[in-house]
Amino acid sequence: MTDAAKAPRERPLSPHLQIWRWHITMLTSILHRATGVALYVGALIGAAWAIALARGPESYATFKGLLGSPLGKLVMFGLTLSYFYHLANGVRHLVWDTGKGLDKHTASATAIVVMAFAVAATVAVWAIAFMTGAA
Amino acid sequence: MRNYRTPLRRARGLGSAKHGVGSWISERVGAIALVPLTLWAVFGVLRLAGGDYGAAVAWIGQPLNAVLMVLTIAIAFFHMHAGLRVVVEDYIHVTLNKSALLILNLFVCGLSAALAIFSILKVALGGAA
Repeated sequence: MTDAAKAPRERPLSPHLQIWRWHITMLTSILHRATGVALYVGALIGAAWAIALARGPESYATFKGLLGSPLGKLVMFGLTLSYFYHLANGVRHLVWDTGKGLDKHTASATAIVVMAFAVAATVAVWAIAFMTGAA
Repeated sequence: MRNYRTPLRRARGLGSAKHGVGSWISERVGAIALVPLTLWAVFGVLRLAGGDYGAAVAWIGQPLNAVLMVLTIAIAFFHMHAGLRVVVEDYIHVTLNKSALLILNLFVCGLSAALAIFSILKVALGGAA
């Protein structure tokens, strides 16, 4: 055998992120992970709420003051959007786990449904919050 | 020195730890449980955001609310731990960094969940200051 035949052949690599044409299922996948990480921080805020409640009225008032500030409300709005997105896309993943809805046209259609749901549910919750005096 | 071992022999023992199916199922069952629990929690937040400390203590004092809150916290932190674990495993390839982040993820989730659950139970059982 010649040396050339013995040398390991260059293995093909899958194209990296910037080679791909952007498509909506790619966006929903990335957003699922990004919103998941955002909700991780959100859950830590939730844990802080429980701890503040157990510490007493002063701690609770401080916590509510922080979340009620403009920055706090912006964070809560972002978390609401992240939550409804992650919820809807999570259900989409659960459906996929049954083997259904994986063809590209269905996956693209459900991607739009998930994003529309996230926006609509977020608007609805914040409308309720403003109407009931919660926000 | 040439390696005479067959590809199969070399691959043996390097595969899954035989717990993949269990992890896969528990991740999905946790996710399914979180659908109703977190929707309920959103209504809880809407309800409590407009009220004061006393209203929050009274709300958590109801057994159903306290139990659902504890379940939500426990399952949410379990779900988050599994989720961030996958993120770390996907992006961090240096063993020491990866191990450190996986342990940090576990400790943050475990400590936060324990503190939050203890706090809820303290308030629910009438120990609020």
